Amino acid sequence: MQTLDLVDADSGVDFGNGVYLDTRAAGSGDRVALLLPGAERAAENATFVESLAEEFSVVVPSHPGFGRSARPDWCTTVGDLADIYVDWLERSEASDVTLVGLQFGGWIALEIAVRRPAQLARLVLVDAVGVKLGGPLDRDFADIFATPYAGLERLYYADTAFGLGDLGSAREDDVLEMARNDEALVLYGWEPYLHDPRLGRAIERIDVPTLLIWGSHDGIVSPDHGRGLAAKIAGARFEEIDGAGHRPQVERAEDVARSITTFAG
Amino acid sequence: MQYWHFSECAYPDLPDPETYDSVRVTLPNGVIDPERAAGLWDRYIREWQVADECGLNVMVNEHHSTATCMNSAAPLIAGVLARVTTNARILILGNPVANRNDPVRIAEEMALVDLLSHGRLDVGFVRGVQYEVGATNSKPFRMTERMWEAVELITRAMRTHDGPFNWEGEFFHHRQVNIWPRPYQQPSPPIWIATGTPASAAPVAAHGYKIATFLGGAKGTRKLFQAYRDRLEEIGKPPAGDDMFGYAALAYTGRTDSEGLDGARKLLWYLQSNKVAKQFTFPPGYMPYSVRAAALRGPQPSGPGAPAVSPLPDLTSMSVDDLIDQGILFAGSAKTVAGQIERFYNEVGGLGHLLLMGQAGHLGHEETVRGIERFAADVVPAVDRVTGGVTV
Repeated sequence: MQTLDLVDADSGVDFGNGVYLDTRAAGSGDRVALLLPGAERAAENATFVESLAEEFSVVVPSHPGFGRSARPDWCTTVGDLADIYVDWLERSEASDVTLVGLQFGGWIALEIAVRRPAQLARLVLVDAVGVKLGGPLDRDFADIFATPYAGLERLYYADTAFGLGDLGSAREDDVLEMARNDEALVLYGWEPYLHDPRLGRAIERIDVPTLLIWGSHDGIVSPDHGRGLAAKIAGARFEEIDGAGHRPQVERAEDVARSITTFAG
Repeated sequence: MQYWHFSECAYPDLPDPETYDSVRVTLPNGVIDPERAAGLWDRYIREWQVADECGLNVMVNEHHSTATCMNSAAPLIAGVLARVTTNARILILGNPVANRNDPVRIAEEMALVDLLSHGRLDVGFVRGVQYEVGATNSKPFRMTERMWEAVELITRAMRTHDGPFNWEGEFFHHRQVNIWPRPYQQPSPPIWIATGTPASAAPVAAHGYKIATFLGGAKGTRKLFQAYRDRLEEIGKPPAGDDMFGYAALAYTGRTDSEGLDGARKLLWYLQSNKVAKQFTFPPGYMPYSVRAAALRGPQPSGPGAPAVSPLPDLTSMSVDDLIDQGILFAGSAKTVAGQIERFYNEVGGLGHLLLMGQAGHLGHEETVRGIERFAADVVPAVDRVTGGVTV
């Protein structure tokens, strides 16, 4: 059975705690952007990373369990992921770090921001999950595990040409990466589903300038949810990206990068 | 050999399959006519009584959010059978422990059914099928580990009689485990585990539990049982007798071969009505991601999918002859069925329990009863002459 080749201590980047992650670094700017992806394939973010790298030194890890990054047994919660990245921030020589969280990565970014690491200068959330705003009968986040793949692509993208389409004719490695990311999402986000109830209150602790960017056609978590989330974070700004779904950094890479660059000043 | 009559107690009156995506998880329960469902339950329970009256044992299982099985609470039906049967042993195979949140509650249920039946309960455990992670909200990741932790906690709860013990494991937390009442049988009812792959047979052997498998066919079952036997040898335990091995098949016995095959064709509803949408058949985490990726890249099933309990993916498209040939279906006259079972017995290296799905789909009550009665009267003595009776 075909599997992905995972990185190891030699080929991965050391994030401490015995964690070695498949990590992309791009750009040479003075300021660091730590970019936390969601469950999309790493290649989908390529244009966005390049655009962001025009202004920032961008570091993009695949989280433990995602893509080609191994997962230590102890790492089972979004809090564990946040701790790994907080440790990395504290050990880095960086200051004035812009933390960008994409979708599931937005949840991790929220967990990092409530820990208030000194290196964190600003927070950007793109179609982030992690905080439930509705009541028991409200589905804040579409149930991706109960949705057929073809339907999922319509929720993820405004233009489904960005998806893999017919999986039977997709590249095997792409489907493997998607399947491994889905599995990681189950581990970290099955119950409570894609959120942590305590974050709803904890995000009041966020004390850095925050920008929320949302795809106007997000079928997983709606722009209204994004506005509601922005309202709970002191001083947060909200921007909607027209013609983009749940992953605007894929569909409108330059626009999203420009918004972030402008926000960072 | 012990024989166990089994039915999943389907609600068989389904709309045209073209009108729904999945018979599991999403088919609205508005399809059910409550009067009809109650009537079906009357007859299914009566069929278990008939099995008891004929000297057979009875077996129940549970599934969730599916028209293929209206038994959504096996301990409840086992409790009913405890009071309306007399001699039969009652096997729950199984409690889907990785899909249930409270193992201590399961231990309580088992103890209660054991008392209600005056010690006629056999307690079986299964991981739980993948379709039901949605119905139960169970995380489909590390489910085998969760199953084993639950089994350890349940068996300890049934066998501990000197006051509360503490359990703070990876998946379950109870600080005062002290079930009341305790089971009737000591130290506990017999424990079974149903599984499908040779790798999962090893821990069953190591624990000394009975092993059973569903619809795996003679070849697959032989490998599974051999893995169990090999593990016993590796850890220096004595070889297992036939009594440690069980197998579930579809079965119908007619007056003639032709009548037996007619009944069997109706049982195939169970295989052919299991139309399940892909997202429920392959939830991430339930199987290795590489296996799921291969499945996602495979053809979209247009028709029904095979029951998840069987490792044979082409079960639904197999002919009656093929199913009989592979040992998935026992059907024909009593003499023919006895011959098929004898052959299966030899092919798998011996077994002590046959779990017989003698009712499914539209097989009517009278036909079901005739099949059970004929099996008990004519097949059992013939098979026992060959394999020797096993006393439980």
